[in-house]
Amino acid sequence: MTGPPLIEVEDLRIDLDVGPSRVAAVEGVSFRIDRGETFGLVGESGSGKSITALALIGLLRQPLSIGAGAIRFEGREIQGLPAARQRALRGNRIAMIFQEPMTALNPVSPVGRQIAEMFVLHKGKNWREANQLAVEALASVRVPAPERRVNDYPHQLSGGMRQRVMIAIALACGPDLLIADEPTTALDVTVQAEIIELMRNLCAERGTAILMISHDLGLVANVCRRVAVMYAGRIVEQRGSADIFRACAHPYTQGLVDSLPRLGSRAVLGRTRLREIAGVVPAIADFPNGCRFNPRCARATEICRTTAPETTLLGADGLVRCHHHA
Amino acid sequence: MKLGASLIIGGALFALAIFVGLFAPWLAHTDPVMDANLMNAEEPPSWIWWFGTDAQGRDIYSRVVHGARISLTVGIVSQLVNSVIGVTLGLTAGYWGGWWDDFVNGLTNLMLAIPSLIFALAIMAVLGPGLTSLLIALGLTNWSFTCRIARASTLSLKSQGYVQAARVLGYGDMRIMITQLLPNMLGPIIVIGTLGMGGAVLAEAALSFLGLGIRPPYPSWGSMLSEARDQITTAPWLSIFPGLAIFLTVLGLNLLGDGLRDILDPQSRSRRT
Ligand SMILES: Nc1ncnc2c1ncn2[C@@H]1O[C@H](COP(=O)(O)OP(=O)(O)OP(=O)(O)O)[C@@H](O)[C@H]1O
Ligand code: SF4
Ligand SMILES: [Mg+2]
Repeated sequence: MTGPPLIEVEDLRIDLDVGPSRVAAVEGVSFRIDRGETFGLVGESGSGKSITALALIGLLRQPLSIGAGAIRFEGREIQGLPAARQRALRGNRIAMIFQEPMTALNPVSPVGRQIAEMFVLHKGKNWREANQLAVEALASVRVPAPERRVNDYPHQLSGGMRQRVMIAIALACGPDLLIADEPTTALDVTVQAEIIELMRNLCAERGTAILMISHDLGLVANVCRRVAVMYAGRIVEQRGSADIFRACAHPYTQGLVDSLPRLGSRAVLGRTRLREIAGVVPAIADFPNGCRFNPRCARATEICRTTAPETTLLGADGLVRCHHHA
Repeated sequence: MKLGASLIIGGALFALAIFVGLFAPWLAHTDPVMDANLMNAEEPPSWIWWFGTDAQGRDIYSRVVHGARISLTVGIVSQLVNSVIGVTLGLTAGYWGGWWDDFVNGLTNLMLAIPSLIFALAIMAVLGPGLTSLLIALGLTNWSFTCRIARASTLSLKSQGYVQAARVLGYGDMRIMITQLLPNMLGPIIVIGTLGMGGAVLAEAALSFLGLGIRPPYPSWGSMLSEARDQITTAPWLSIFPGLAIFLTVLGLNLLGDGLRDILDPQSRSRRT
């Protein structure tokens, strides 16, 4: 492929100010997403997925800040851009939807108006045109009777409908990248599948790249072509989705794969419990020396406790960060 | 239901006052200033002179009716000015924080420390009596509660998902304040505004009573009370009717404010359910 990738993150470090000192909440994170590509970021709670996404759209606020590295959108560094140019990217070229469809919509404003606002803000439309476009946007996310629904307030809609509205808002201006941060965790399983399918189809039709963030490896691998696994602020493995299940290299990824229920396995039949990874992600201030996974790792040896592993390339576009990778 | 009562009574009293103010020229029997006739001086209330007449023979009913215009104009306009100032300062202070927040906080504390009537009195002393000075004096001195509420609401609303989402979608600061924050704090602001309007009607009466507001012969309820002061025993109707007008209007606004609080304030709403 020619030209720069859509978005490129290079050796990103995110600092967290705690009183007088600062610690790195995210460190050495690099990945790239091409136009129209689907990329997943997986990891347990607190591993730094959301703050990485916020860094991507230039919205880290105190006590968090970008400590090192570069984020390039179409080859241009985002941090260097003036505030107004950054704002013009947000919602317009890079959009984002969140976990909580209940709270992400303004309760006192009709949903149609909230969609229309995007066209007024980023595309310079007048309100009449914008309201018309809002009806079309609502129809495109398969909300029935959109010309009536535009007048509804968020509390009149179900969770699934609200998330559809969020998708309509996010995709209104035809962004190049959609960041979906746990877009369905708050929803019923059946609704989850519908929403994911909708998001995927709409983005595929329009050539919108997706950065999907979740703690659910199965979901992400299903939606995305490539997956990065994050642990304690670092990417520990990055592979094509198919490879992750076939031959994951990092002990942590192995743990995630083992904790997934598989059709026909004994776990589903209830004879054995799903295997879980013992322990929790350490807090930022207590990151252990060496490999941050070492207290929970079965393969850990002396070197793991003293020296942080470097990344090793695996095949064409895979990488792993482990001294004893498979 | 009890909730409805104060809203309905307060709303009715306020609506009546507005109606009287709007249609004063048609409701009044005589011109409130010009139609003096010493032949009818100090008539007690009767079928002809509903509220009686004063020492110059002017119809008190007509003067009270016209007084509604002035009292309500002062109440509504000055409170609107207060609300705009209070919301603007409180919203921006809560949103931006930093030195601006410190400055606004300091100013608010200063305003709260000095009774607003004293402040208004000082401004009136400088500007001289008259309607415009009244509007300025009362409009600039009673925004501190609104400001406090607006700032506190902003601080709690700022962390709401939809405010964060707006930022992510590329909204600028102004657009966030106007579309996301302001509409969500309007309930308490309206309640404070309604109560403040009652306060402004009273303050106008007090300043006019002291001779610093509306000056005779123009009829404001306060200036009428001021004129009637010496005849309170000989011609009590001169004080009773303007006094009653003030009482009912302020009572109406306070009831309305309470009633609105019940339906608009989410805290009292959740308490009720
Ligand atoms: N505003 C903040 N102030 C202080 N620490 C923060 C802040 N935001 C995030 N953190 C810390 O940064 C780390 C990473 O947070 P992040 O929200 O990115 O996790 P996550 O991977 O998205 O987790 P989850 O799955 O729970 O959403 C966490 O340890 C969190 O406590
Ligand atoms: S580096 Fe060592 S501790 Fe870390 S994951 Fe690999 S084996 Fe486990
Ligand atoms: Mg998160």
